[in-house]
Amino acid sequence: MEPFDFIEMKVPAKAEYVGVVRLSTSGIANRMGFSYEDIEDLKVAISEAMANATEHAYKKEDGGEVTIGFGVYQDRLEVMIADRGGSFDLQKVKKGIGPYESDQSIEDLREGGFGLFLIEALMDKVEIKNDYGVIVLMTKYLHENEVDVNDNQISTTQ
Amino acid sequence: MNLYVETKEDGNTQEVKLSGEIDAYTAPKLKEALLPLIEIKGTEVVVNMEDVSYMDSTGLGVFIGALKSSDANNSKLRLICLQDRVRRLFDITGLDGIINIDSSVRGGK
Repeated sequence: MEPFDFIEMKVPAKAEYVGVVRLSTSGIANRMGFSYEDIEDLKVAISEAMANATEHAYKKEDGGEVTIGFGVYQDRLEVMIADRGGSFDLQKVKKGIGPYESDQSIEDLREGGFGLFLIEALMDKVEIKNDYGVIVLMTKYLHENEVDVNDNQISTTQ
Repeated sequence: MNLYVETKEDGNTQEVKLSGEIDAYTAPKLKEALLPLIEIKGTEVVVNMEDVSYMDSTGLGVFIGALKSSDANNSKLRLICLQDRVRRLFDITGLDGIINIDSSVRGGK
C-alpha cells in the first residue's frame, strides 16, 4: 500500500470551528509544499465542506461533531470531512448548483447552496457519500509545474 | 479569524469598511451590518474589501442577499478594492457579471 501520513481532527459542529480547521489545513498544505494559490483553494474548499457539515447536518440539534481526516501522500492531499447528522438528497443538491448567468433576474438568484459548486471548482477530485451522515472526500494534487491560477480556475492534474 | 465592520455616512453614500475574514462564523455579523444600510431607499452602499483576506460562499450569500434587497429598495450596492483571491470567487461563480465590482480602485492593480 502506498505510504501516507494520516491526521485526524474532531471539532464541535459549530461555525466558530470552521476557521480552526481552515488554519490547520493551511498548515498541513504548507508543509507539503503546495503553492500559495493552491493553499487558498484548499482553504475555501475545506471551509465550504465544514460549513455544510455544521449548518445542514445539525440543523436543530445541539452538539454533534465533525470529523476531519487528512491523508498526506507524496503527490496529493486527501481531505475527508464527515458528519453523522441527517443525510440530504444529493441529486437535488447537484441540480441547484452552478455558476450564475448574468442575464438571470436578481430575484431569482440563490443566496446559498453553491458551496458544493466551489468545492468541485477548486479541488481536483470530489466524492460525496451519503449513506450514513455525509462524507465529503476531496483530493488536491501537488503540481510540479505550476499553472498560473489567473489563467483558469481548473487545475491540471498530471 | 474575525471580521471588523466600520461604517461611515457621507451624504447619500454609506461606506462600509471590512477587515478580516468572512466565513460561516462571521457572515451573520456582516449581514447584520449591511442589510439595514441597503434598506435605506435611494442610498448607495460602497463596501471596501481591501482588508478582507479570506472569503467563502457564505460571504457571497450575504452579498447576493444585499443585492436583492437593493433591487427592492431602489438602493445601490458596490464592492471596491477586492484582493485577487476574493475577486476570484466572484469570477468563478459568475457573480462578477451581476454585482457591481470595482477592483481597479485597489492600488493600481
